[in-house]
Amino acid sequence: MSFRYFPHTDEDLKEMLRVVGVDSLDALYAEVPEELKLQRELDIPAAKSEVEVMAAAEALARRNKPLVCFAGAGAYDHFTPSVIPYLASRSEFSTSYTPYQAEISQGTLQYIFEYQSMMAELTGMDISNASMYDGSTATAEAMMMCVASAKKRRRVLISETVAPNVRQVVATYARFHGVELDTIAASEGVTDKNDLDAKLAAGDVAGVICQQPNCYGLIEDFSGFADACHNEKALFVLNTKAQALGVLKTPGEWGADIACGDAQTLGIPLCFGGPYIGYLCTKNALVRKMPGRLVGATTDADGRRCFVLTMQAREQHIRREKATSNICTAQGVMCLYVAAYLSLMGPEGLRKVCEHAYSGAHVLEEKLLATGKFEKVFARDYFNEFCLRYKGSVDALLAACAEQGYLAGVKAGDSDDLLLVAVTEKRTEEEMNRLCEIIKSL
Amino acid sequence: MNKTYYGKLIFEVSRKGRVGYSLPAKVGSHTLGEIDANLRRSSDLSLPEADEQTVVRHYTNMSNNNFGVDTGFYPLGSCTMKYNPKVNEAVAALPGFTALHPAQPVSTVQGALELYYDVQRTLSEIAGLSEFTLNPFAGAHGELTGLMVIRAYHQQRGDTARTKIIVPDSAHGTNPASAAVCGLQIVEVKSTADGTVDVEDLKPLLGPDIAGMMMTNPNTLGIFERKIPEIARLVHECGGLMYYDGANLNPMLGVCRPGDMGFDVMHINLHKTFSTPHGGGGPGSGPVGVRSGLESFLPQPRVVKSTDGTFELLADENSLGRISSFFGNYAIVLRAYAYLLTLGCEYFPLAGKLSVLNANYIKERLKPYFKLPIDGLCKHEFVFDGLRDEYAGGHDEPDHVTTLDVAKRLLDYGFHAPTIYFPLLFHEAMMIEPTETESKETLNSFIDVLIRIAEEAKADRSLLKTAPHDTPVRRLDDVKAVKDAKFIYKNL
Repeated sequence: MSFRYFPHTDEDLKEMLRVVGVDSLDALYAEVPEELKLQRELDIPAAKSEVEVMAAAEALARRNKPLVCFAGAGAYDHFTPSVIPYLASRSEFSTSYTPYQAEISQGTLQYIFEYQSMMAELTGMDISNASMYDGSTATAEAMMMCVASAKKRRRVLISETVAPNVRQVVATYARFHGVELDTIAASEGVTDKNDLDAKLAAGDVAGVICQQPNCYGLIEDFSGFADACHNEKALFVLNTKAQALGVLKTPGEWGADIACGDAQTLGIPLCFGGPYIGYLCTKNALVRKMPGRLVGATTDADGRRCFVLTMQAREQHIRREKATSNICTAQGVMCLYVAAYLSLMGPEGLRKVCEHAYSGAHVLEEKLLATGKFEKVFARDYFNEFCLRYKGSVDALLAACAEQGYLAGVKAGDSDDLLLVAVTEKRTEEEMNRLCEIIKSL
Repeated sequence: MNKTYYGKLIFEVSRKGRVGYSLPAKVGSHTLGEIDANLRRSSDLSLPEADEQTVVRHYTNMSNNNFGVDTGFYPLGSCTMKYNPKVNEAVAALPGFTALHPAQPVSTVQGALELYYDVQRTLSEIAGLSEFTLNPFAGAHGELTGLMVIRAYHQQRGDTARTKIIVPDSAHGTNPASAAVCGLQIVEVKSTADGTVDVEDLKPLLGPDIAGMMMTNPNTLGIFERKIPEIARLVHECGGLMYYDGANLNPMLGVCRPGDMGFDVMHINLHKTFSTPHGGGGPGSGPVGVRSGLESFLPQPRVVKSTDGTFELLADENSLGRISSFFGNYAIVLRAYAYLLTLGCEYFPLAGKLSVLNANYIKERLKPYFKLPIDGLCKHEFVFDGLRDEYAGGHDEPDHVTTLDVAKRLLDYGFHAPTIYFPLLFHEAMMIEPTETESKETLNSFIDVLIRIAEEAKADRSLLKTAPHDTPVRRLDDVKAVKDAKFIYKNL
């Protein structure tokens, strides 16, 4: 029975069974009713050697076709410096558990504290938690924070310009959590402030959720939004693509109460959608309503500064059904991805990588319009993602480009003629020209 | 692990003007200044500035103050800290997967979808259920998703009165918390003296308002719930569904399946039973499985195999909706795939059995020193209720040795502590789960150290009260962390 993950020799087995007082491994299950036991072998493939496992995985990997990526919609093909996966794969980080035993977990606790500091700085908020699963679930948690903070209000407004997959996840949570979710209409591609004001006037709104840049890539002007919310005792939640916070007005500057979103754009590879990392930041006044882990500074018995999981009275393992959320640990080592990424980039690098993406996107938009196959939809400026109307079927366009090795973008919403295109610092002018040639030839 | 404390933050090794990045040529000459000034951030951006080697050394030094499964034995109850195989990492790093955008046309991601489908099928057979979704991000997220399936099922039948869920008093804290997030009221059922669900206490709770019952089997005391067929029958008779918390699935692998025990919905923690690394608290993965008849309620997107053998995404109208932006933590699924292939049908049952043997071996050897509230065969884990009084002193003695003291002293000897003060049924709970990947030698040295600590408790209590002594930092001031709360560098 020798197997590389099990160290037991026949002699060990014999001795251990003797100590336990049973005569076989099967006898360890004596109390399990016979009729519940599986009386056959599992119907799954036989064990494979490492050579065979790699061959099977590589065969499947070869059946995928990686494409030159001009798609975004929540997942962006930014560059991950080699340093990051190298550090994150250190087993001291990757094979550890949640840092309950702080004396032997300062590594994890420190990078989470750094992550929290950097996310608070980026968002212009007071505090950050130690991560959420992804941007959409972070937004759903923000929605639940709104209703938990409002005494009896169960109504939350979400802008029609929030990305469809985020809205769908928020709607799922709302349905089961007993939140009445209402949509704020869009006008010319951005949140309609008049509709917001009208809906707030009912006096029963706990929170308002908007997104920056929005689902069309547009940079919205949220002037007056926070005041409008606060005048009606509602919280203002702003979901922002993390990388854009290096440039755009921060949720803190807009007067938001909760900043949330996905931080995949800060050094995390595409990887077919995960793992990414959601972030959630808020003001000091809301700390006790915040979901998730939180790392704080303290001192040890020798007076040295060190770090520990804190404010756990909010959490499920203490408060059970009265907890702020069921989240216990979220994305752990992905905090290290973000902290290491921002350490390497620094303020200047982050600004430059944003400028590369911004400039490249604006160049590509001009090139695509020059093909004569597109027309502009919105007048407003965007960050690194833009929406054009295609004179044809977007599905057909995407399929044809994929044939040639290019992911031209994603369909915006349900309409079959709006294409959402994203550009990162990785995209070259040659790739842009090639994409335009392919499209021209259709 | 380096026992010298590093302790610096990246902000403290930062020097203005240093950079750690490189960028390719910019396309075009647009500048950020073109964005309307009112839409740009006006506040400073205070991030670290460091060269590449400084960053690498900083995090390397930091990692040396961390303890992982690769460092040493991690007997953390209910966490299943088994060895994380390295071939899993190699599979997860294949560019054919890591470079995929989640919105690519399905024709270009057939391999990724097939792998998702294969893992889903294999988990279904191991669990004795019909179909799994791999979209949930973590165990707690799986619980929430599974409870949503249960509620969606009742709602679809127009049975809207079922708003309560039964949860044992010994359950993991996430069970009631997930139920509350899902909009369910929690009804607690008591445990009997032997640590299992009290069926007589359960009976009067059952009625037309019960959506279902959450259980783990073996339970959090490591005891197999023998009455599970009767419990499942009672809950089903009242119209409820049975939810299985898969945190304790490891000992049941290939021996006894949740579906065969009568469970309808369950989650699995890939980061426990299926060997993916815990990452200091994530990313994990919490697939949810359902019995036949409930598949259409699973979240979107669902990966299905069509008659021509290709893989597609299905959005069923019964579906509870979307619970993740894309396909969950896909790279964690890749790791679990490698593990499923590696163990195959031969070694899964053995993994479960050896985890049970290891737990019973520790329990039997240490029970002369520690209080064992529930004797008899345990499964993958068991609970001690602190040191025996002849070692710890009586509870009325002000300096009696607590479970916390024992746990902290273990750190000095190079072991991670067990899970402590859970389950809540015992005041001095110490929950030990060794897993199948630990050798008899490792278990023996752990046992010897705990016996030595028991003797120390008798001889010199202050040694334990002030432990740990030989770790990067010493016991931390938890109260100060709350009272003088500082969560970001700027406030230090």
